[in-house]
Amino acid sequence: MAIEVRIPTILRTYTDGAKLVEGSGATLAEVLADLETRYTGIHERIVDEAGLRRFVNVYLNDEDVRFLDGINTAVADGDVVTVLPAVAGG
Amino acid sequence: MLTIRQDLVDAMVAHARADHPDEACGVIAGPDGSDEPTRFIPMVNAARSPTFYEFDSMDLLKLYRDMDDNDEVPVVIYHSHTATEAYPSRTDVSYASEPEAHYVLVSTRETGTVDGPYEFRSYRIVDGVITEEEITVL
Repeated sequence: MAIEVRIPTILRTYTDGAKLVEGSGATLAEVLADLETRYTGIHERIVDEAGLRRFVNVYLNDEDVRFLDGINTAVADGDVVTVLPAVAGG
Repeated sequence: MLTIRQDLVDAMVAHARADHPDEACGVIAGPDGSDEPTRFIPMVNAARSPTFYEFDSMDLLKLYRDMDDNDEVPVVIYHSHTATEAYPSRTDVSYASEPEAHYVLVSTRETGTVDGPYEFRSYRIVDGVITEEEITVL
């Protein structure tokens, strides 16, 4: 299954500059693991032991996956996953 | 160096004063590759806090989609400090994730919501390192 993944500027060092990559899997976790096989290092920038990193927002189509099933959110062919770093500070 | 129009500076300061004592935040987008801030986009501080700011997650998605559609990038990412100097905090550095953006800090600590002196400074924040830069106002 092809899932389109939109990569933010700060993570494009892992994708040779590509803004858009394709991944496969039945869940977000599987898609991110699949990306890691081609873009080594990208996985740990998005995920830690507890799940999605606090500083990173991940969207499935128009929804923040935190309001779905987080890292275990089911994905399907044609879905678009968007990764965006939080814009925040103190 | 940040080169920016006076009306955009005024808009950021006005936003910071309006939201004082909470932190104000936003973006000035510009054409990709231009390093020229042109489109002022004040954002809601979802944290509504005097010591923290965060773009709402759905606002963030819409912002980046709109910029993508317009071939824009966030040239300036600004926020205010309302009780401390216009210098990036440790939290600011830990979240900073746009290495090509100018991080602008406005401090309203002296005058709060009213006209008067304010601090306005700009930085690059790359790999956890803060570098202050000169500002040229047009």
